[in-house]
Amino acid sequence: MTVGIVGYGAHLPRHRIKVEEIAKVWGADAPSFKKGLGLVEKSVPAPDEDVITLSVEAARNALVRAGNLDPQKIGCIYIGSESHPYAVKPSGTVVGEAIGAFPGCHVADFEFACKAGSEGMFVAYGLVKAGLVEYGLAIGADTSQGAPGDALEYSAAAGAAAYIMGSKNIVASIDHTYSFTTDTPDFWRREYQHYPQHAGRFTGEPAYFRTVMGASQTLLEQVGMKPADFQWAVFHQPNGKFPMRVGKMLGFTTKQMEQGWLAPRLGNTYSGASPLGLTAILDVAKPGDKIFMCSYGSGSGSDAFVYTVTDRIKEVQGLAPLTTDMLDKNKIYLEYGEYAKFRHKILKAEGV
Amino acid sequence: MRDVAIIGVHVTKCGEIWNKSFRDLFVEAGLGAIKDAGVDHIDSMYIGCMSGGLFVGQEHIGALMADYLGQAPVPATRVESACASGGVALRTGMLDVASGHSDIVLVGGVEKMTDIGGDEATYALATAADQEWEGFNGVTFPGLYAMMAVAHMHRYGTTPQQLASVAVKNHDNGSLNPVAQFPMKITIDAVLNSVLVADPLHILDCSPVTDGAAAAILVPADRVGKLGKKQGVKIIGSGHATDTIALHSRKDLCALEAVSKSAAIAYAMAGKKPTDMDVCEVHDCFTIAEIMAMEALGFFEKGKAGRAVEAGDTRIGGKIPINTSGGLKSKGHPVGASGVSQAVEIVEQLRGESGARQVKGAKVGMTQNMGGTGASSVVHIMEAM
Repeated sequence: MTVGIVGYGAHLPRHRIKVEEIAKVWGADAPSFKKGLGLVEKSVPAPDEDVITLSVEAARNALVRAGNLDPQKIGCIYIGSESHPYAVKPSGTVVGEAIGAFPGCHVADFEFACKAGSEGMFVAYGLVKAGLVEYGLAIGADTSQGAPGDALEYSAAAGAAAYIMGSKNIVASIDHTYSFTTDTPDFWRREYQHYPQHAGRFTGEPAYFRTVMGASQTLLEQVGMKPADFQWAVFHQPNGKFPMRVGKMLGFTTKQMEQGWLAPRLGNTYSGASPLGLTAILDVAKPGDKIFMCSYGSGSGSDAFVYTVTDRIKEVQGLAPLTTDMLDKNKIYLEYGEYAKFRHKILKAEGV
Repeated sequence: MRDVAIIGVHVTKCGEIWNKSFRDLFVEAGLGAIKDAGVDHIDSMYIGCMSGGLFVGQEHIGALMADYLGQAPVPATRVESACASGGVALRTGMLDVASGHSDIVLVGGVEKMTDIGGDEATYALATAADQEWEGFNGVTFPGLYAMMAVAHMHRYGTTPQQLASVAVKNHDNGSLNPVAQFPMKITIDAVLNSVLVADPLHILDCSPVTDGAAAAILVPADRVGKLGKKQGVKIIGSGHATDTIALHSRKDLCALEAVSKSAAIAYAMAGKKPTDMDVCEVHDCFTIAEIMAMEALGFFEKGKAGRAVEAGDTRIGGKIPINTSGGLKSKGHPVGASGVSQAVEIVEQLRGESGARQVKGAKVGMTQNMGGTGASSVVHIMEAM
């Protein structure tokens, strides 16, 4: 039984903050941050946006592209995030209720740093493949945290991507998937900590690059394909530089990667990152196109997928907002003070 | 006192060595030096390490390294003198052999600096300054050396371009060294346009944070060829001196008195003068440090080293090649190991084993290693046997 994506959707906040605006506050050198991180601005969630609201918007767009699928047919909902609004109480229950999928539905929130979204995609795909559910909804969403003045503050962004997996009316089949996991502690946030900690450059070579290379090379070997066999490729994008560098190390070209390379204008949407890049690719893909995707989550692991786009893609692309439109249009730029308020870095005094 | 020679050396790859631990690095260097020397045992060990406690949470380093090198129960002593730890360990090992107490001594240096973040590494390094008068008031080494640079520029007209010339030359040399952390060539413009750390020092004026280790085997000079297989390099001069730990207590911000004094002792012991040196490794933790150290060592008159670097006098093939290894700037600065890695470079130069960066006909070489802003300095002069 061929299983794959039957509907997909994205949602991005409208607000942005530029690298210069953050650097100005901290007396940092904006050009070196822009060059070092390979990004110019990032998305910022509004005060009334969180992982749940972003997920609902993305899920609704996915349902539309799934041919206005009856939500009651969705047998599982998995939301991957490292910024679930509650430490205890799932995001998935609110999202499932909001889209009308309940009560006959299995729900769980996933967390695996930046790869929790692709993890949900893997599990939903697996349950459909096993015949346990007819349709499964997987969402990668984050309103990620960066401590004031930390390098992460320049990149930690917000966004969501939703995928409905099924075996009928597929827009992109999942041909193969492979996961690569090791105990590599490069980035973490303990309970009660508001901001994550990271091990500086250790997050690069021994963590991101080793893991993404490990997953990607093995998957390519398993399917007997080479980078030139794909029209598109998308990698986890913690900044603008890493995905392009790892893609080129594997043999992919800028042309194959630039459509899904959102980080330079979006920042790092963590669990949403490579799933959002995939939505931007599906928005323009043609029937028969092969897509390579590899996520990365600190700790560390990668989920890699090979997709083949079907004829149905052309019918659904225009049914919901295009990802690059949400990325590039209708933006509202914030000054650091507004940003600090939006992200609860400064709080209004009680009773004022 | 017996004459002492080095008969085996080894330095690890320097850099962010993710897959090797503190002890792994030392063991790699120690085994490499033992193999190079061809000795079948050692009698004692001295290990230079500035701050295992702050960098990796490990103290009791002498016993640890003897254990992991498979040499317990030999006596093993950790030597700490901030960034001069390695050089002082070398001198301590030399004195052990010279005294007749030990015949085969392993001198090593090790530092694992990248397991912690930049702020923590900066703090660990800053503990080598005067904490009460400097560190606790917020000054770190880039700031202290920047003040020295400003004073030198003000008095002698040393220019940012001359400072940058030090970095450019050292990266050129480092590009020829397979163990260098940053073996890329750079330009004057690249230095001057790099991020400003503490005016006038840019990031490319500063040595990096580095993981690495180095080791050497010392034996009595009259037993070279009997205790090991390698050609010996004799330590003919050794000097060690100290100065005020706080920069503001110095009589002259433009002079490194401990360097001058340690050099004078070493020159006197060796019966040599600055013009006798064929090659020298100088403690270039910052570009201004190399300029001031060269003046203190007597290679150039006070205030003239900057111009000499700009003129190419310190390049390989110049009047006095300085930091052929790439120096701390390009090869890397694993602080406790740096003094020993300087000795590795000079031994290899005097053996004629330095490949593309070989100084032709080098017979006499020098190492100068210092701690803090020059509160400790140790100088060794070596001669091919």
